[in-house]
This record gives sequence, C-alpha cells and structure tokens, in this order.
Amino acid sequence: MSRMIYMDNNATTRVAPEVVEAMTPFFSEYYGNPSSMHTFGGTVGRKIAEAREKTAALINANPDEIIFTSCGTESDSTAIWAALKANPQKRHIVTTRVEHPAVKNLCEHLEKTGYRVSWVPVDREGRLDLDFLYDSLTDDTAIVSVMWANNESGVIFPVEQIARATAERGIVFHTDAVQAAGKVPVDVKASPVNMLSLSGHKIHAPKGVAALYVKKGTKFSPFLIGGHQEKGRRGGTENVASIIGLGRAAELAAAHLQDGTGHVRGLRDKLEAGILENISNTLLNGDPNMRLPNTVSVSFEYVEGEAILLMMDQLGICASSGSACTSGTLEPSHVLRAMGVPFTAAHGSVRLSLSMYTTEQEVDFVIRELPPIIERLRRMSPFWKGASCNLQ
Amino acid sequence: MWEYTDKVKEHFLNPRNVGELEDADGVGEVGSMACGDALKLAFKLDENGNIADVKFQTFGCASAIASSSALTELLKGKSLAEAEELTNDDIAAYLGGLPKEKMHCSVLGRDALKKAILNYRGETEAAPEGNLVCECFGVTDKQIEDTVRENGLRSVEDVTSYIKAGGGCENCHQDIEGIIRRVHQQTGDAAPGPRKLTNIQKIKLVEETLEREIKPALRKDGGDIELVDVDGGTVYVKLIGTCANCSASELTLKNYVEEKLRELVTPELRVEEVRQ
Repeated sequence: MSRMIYMDNNATTRVAPEVVEAMTPFFSEYYGNPSSMHTFGGTVGRKIAEAREKTAALINANPDEIIFTSCGTESDSTAIWAALKANPQKRHIVTTRVEHPAVKNLCEHLEKTGYRVSWVPVDREGRLDLDFLYDSLTDDTAIVSVMWANNESGVIFPVEQIARATAERGIVFHTDAVQAAGKVPVDVKASPVNMLSLSGHKIHAPKGVAALYVKKGTKFSPFLIGGHQEKGRRGGTENVASIIGLGRAAELAAAHLQDGTGHVRGLRDKLEAGILENISNTLLNGDPNMRLPNTVSVSFEYVEGEAILLMMDQLGICASSGSACTSGTLEPSHVLRAMGVPFTAAHGSVRLSLSMYTTEQEVDFVIRELPPIIERLRRMSPFWKGASCNLQ
Repeated sequence: MWEYTDKVKEHFLNPRNVGELEDADGVGEVGSMACGDALKLAFKLDENGNIADVKFQTFGCASAIASSSALTELLKGKSLAEAEELTNDDIAAYLGGLPKEKMHCSVLGRDALKKAILNYRGETEAAPEGNLVCECFGVTDKQIEDTVRENGLRSVEDVTSYIKAGGGCENCHQDIEGIIRRVHQQTGDAAPGPRKLTNIQKIKLVEETLEREIKPALRKDGGDIELVDVDGGTVYVKLIGTCANCSASELTLKNYVEEKLRELVTPELRVEEVRQ
C-alpha cells in the first residue's frame, strides 16, 4: 500500500517494534514448554512470570490474579460463565445495552436458555443510567458485567462507583476493559472489580493473546479444562511468544500512561475540532467530558457511512462506521441506537481512533481530505439541500 | 470488507448521471434515510418516446450508488416499454454481480424506475397490497410473496437481502418463513411436475446450490466439489480433497449431492462424477 493513515486503533493496533523484538527469541530460540522439567523449559516459565508481573502492574493487580487467555472474548466468556457456575441458584444477569458482542451476544444467548437479563440503558450522550442499574440488583443477581469504556462512542463508565455498589451487596462484578486498559488509568485496587478483561492487540501486542484478572477470593472455575497451566484456571499450552509480547506491551502502555496521554488527546481534539468546524451538519457522538482520549465518533447527516469509508479508503485512510451497510445487517450499530442517535444520523457515523503512532501530519491530512468527501457524497444525496438544511 | 466487483467500485467512484433533471418527464423516489438508502430517479424522453436523458441522486452505500449509476446507463436510449422490462437482476448483472446482502440495492433501482414510469403516465402507485408483515421496513406479505416467487428465494435471509424484510427486530421471521413455504407449495401445485427452468437458469441454480448448500457441508469434512458441466438433466462434478479418495464418495454423491440438487433445483437431475 502506498500511503496508509491508520485511524482504526479501537479495532486493532500495530504491534510495537519493541514488542516484536521482545517476542522474537521465543519462536526458535527459547521454544521450550514452560511446563517441562528441564532448565530449557524452566527459563521460558520464568519469562512468562515476568510478563505476568508486567501485565498485572498495568492494572495494579497481583501477578497471580492474572490469567492469560487467547482473546478478549475468551476472557469475557470465562468471567461470566465462572460467575454463573459459582452461583448456580442465581438466575439474573445485569449488563448494558452497549456492550461489545463478546458480552452482549453471550448474555442474549443466556437469556434464551432461561436467565433473566437486565439491560441498562444509556442516554443520548452514551452515559449509563446508574439508577436503573442499581434498581436492577436483586438477591438473584449472579453477575454484573459493565464495560469500562465503550468501543464505539469512547464513553468511559463509572466503574469504580458500580464496583463499590456491587461489592456492598456481595454481587460479582466483571468489567470488559479491553478498550480502557492502556488508554486511561485502570486500577483494580481503587475500583474493586472482581474480574476484568483486557486484550493484547488493542495495546500494541499481537492478536491472539489477552488476560483475565480474577481478584483473589473470587469463586472461579475454568472455561477451558485441561492441563495445569495458569494454575489450573486455563488449560492449554501457553502462547509463549504472544504472552511475552503482551507483557512488553503492558509495560510500554504503563509508561505511556505515566508520561501522560497528552499527545494522543491533543491530536484527537485537533482532529475533532477540525471535522466539526469544516463540515456542517455533523454531530458528535458520546459524552465529550468522559471519553477515551483517542476516540472520536461523529455522524454526518445526509450521507451513508460505508460510502464515506470507501472514499476515505481510496486515500489510504482507515476508519470504521456504525452504519448498517458496513456490518452486513440492516440496522445501524446497537450502540448508536441505544444512545438514541436518530437512524438518519446513525447511518452516517464514522469512528476515528488514534494511537501513540498517530502524527500531526496525518491528522492535518484527514482534516483536509474529509470535507470534500462528505461534500461529494452530499451532492449525490437526494436529501441534501445545502449547508443550512435541517432534518425534518 | 465487502467483495465488490471492479465495476461496482468504478461506478461508485465515478458515478454516471448524478444530479437533478430540470423539466423531467418522470420522477420516482424510493427508500428513506431511516432505511439507510434512498434513490431519486428522473428521466426525459425524446420525440420518439425513448429515454434521452436520465439522472439520479442516491443516499446510500457504495453498491447503492453503483446500482443507481448502472441503472441510468442501462436506461439511456431505451423505450419505455423496454425500460419496463428491466429487472433488478439486469442491474446486478451489469455490475458483474453484487454481494447477496446488497441485492436490495438493485431492487431499489428497479422500484425507483417503476415509480418514475408511473409518474410519467400520471398514475400514482397503488398503496402496496396486502398486510404489513415487516414493520421495521414497511414490507407487506404481497411484496414478500412476489419477491420470493420472482427470485426463487428459499430463506428468510434471502428475503432480507432482497427487500430488507426481517432485517430489523426479527419478530416477523416466522411469518416470512410461512410465506416462503406457501409460495413453494403453490408453485409446486400450480405446475404439475417441476417448475420449468431454462438451461441458463438451471445452471445458475445448480451453481448457487453448490456454493450455498453443498460446498460448505463438504468443506467441513475437508473435501470439496467442483462443477464441470451440466448437460440436459445430468450434472457432472469433480470431487476434491478428502472427498476424492473417500470410500463413501459414491454415497456422498448420490445420497447427498444429488438429493440436495433434486430438492433445490429440479427433481429430474442426475449427478455423475468426473474422474481425472
């Protein structure tokens, strides 16, 4: 590809060169099985222990509270099934309407098999209805699962508050922090959650590795039953190189959070302002004050998201959309609909998500190139009557 | 990412005949912003009653824009009678095919054309006949029935791909299934014996059935199948992968492949294996 401007970091990220470097020896040099008795395997085992320490440090956990898994979805499934098995008599789940499919589709599946699910709504700015959440809690509630930050809108949820409320009632609380970890401070001691999912490929580690934090004392049962790996909490030979990669990525992310996320936030703010100033009839999606520093979600009225993405793609700009046409379904994203974004605007939504690799030149390029694309598509649209037009 | 043909991409990036037409003879508007796609089509006739100029405006995805562009190209110079014969398949074929999930884009084009012709004749479109089945997209049982019959659709998913019905809350899926069953029973009753297929239709249907039904099933076991030829009632195929050496391949061929093709294409088919 000639030029590529990658602004789809909530989908996945570039593996950091430092991460690749850390991983490389673990393919054909240190290829031993960490479970083996010999020194060769034992060396690998020690390196995994280090990766576990680094991953734990990113969220202020103890290393033995970290279980390595294969993906965010596995972490989410493991957490929810573990809570249900720990409390077989409890048949109620509380989650939100805007969860990632990893949680949403599992809860829908459980709903069909006889569980009662309370779906907590969000307001127009994507903020959770906390009263609804608290009112939903009953003695029958087996688990509350609320994401730390939303992948589409970027809105950050008050996990600490929810964690305290659930802890008070002795209800298990799981949070999908796949989008939050590495982007905003995540501290499991300050926010006493029982379980937390995070994923490697969102923080510049490779795809195929993730972690589940399980607070000491939380009743747990494995999702994958097999060998004694991960202290019997997750069978299966360790994905050694990727686990080493996750450890290194967690270390880099922690340093990045220490130095401040000012760089990314500054570029995001510039990009957002540039889009809103230069393109009329554009709505910002999500609470502007409680958002991930790297995410901007906007809706362009009168045009459709897939068409926008493909025109951006022609210029090498990678982004994503909550439009119906991009998902293979006929309805726009469940997140935008839960937020009450009108269908008319939801179809024209575009999400740009930055990373520490994003440059100011790239942001300037998008600010320059996006307005003519929207203009061109609007001129094709039968609904567009000029910049002052209002939706009926 | 969608697998669009080069022709779709080309028409999306360089759409022909975009805009409004002053003093249009016929104008048709279909779809809405809520639905995710909408098309306004306008044409002008010359002194002989042929389409001299045609323009479109589209709100929608790449394939909706490309389908509109293709439609205008197809219409130029045609008489109204010829234009009326145009089907959504013609639009899709002009573009070298559309992903199944995007077939509704070509249907949108055909519907806009129908409306524009009615508008030219000073007729207003009768409200869609029948009872509302899909409330999300406002589709009636009559519309679903017609589409199922015209395109030989077999599943709710097919219906959704073509006219969106069932793509929203999914509450109407049972009703749609009922309509599909009814149509197929009727077509079975109406014509004694199998439905009459032209050679091209038969080959197309055999190909589709292989792709959609049979190949995925064989691939699960590490095998595959390739269509070699269709000659009259005989379908020649080649088994590949684990199927080729499987001792049960004869059974697979007769009990599964032949049965499936007979069920979904026409009962008089015979399947023969071609060996290298």
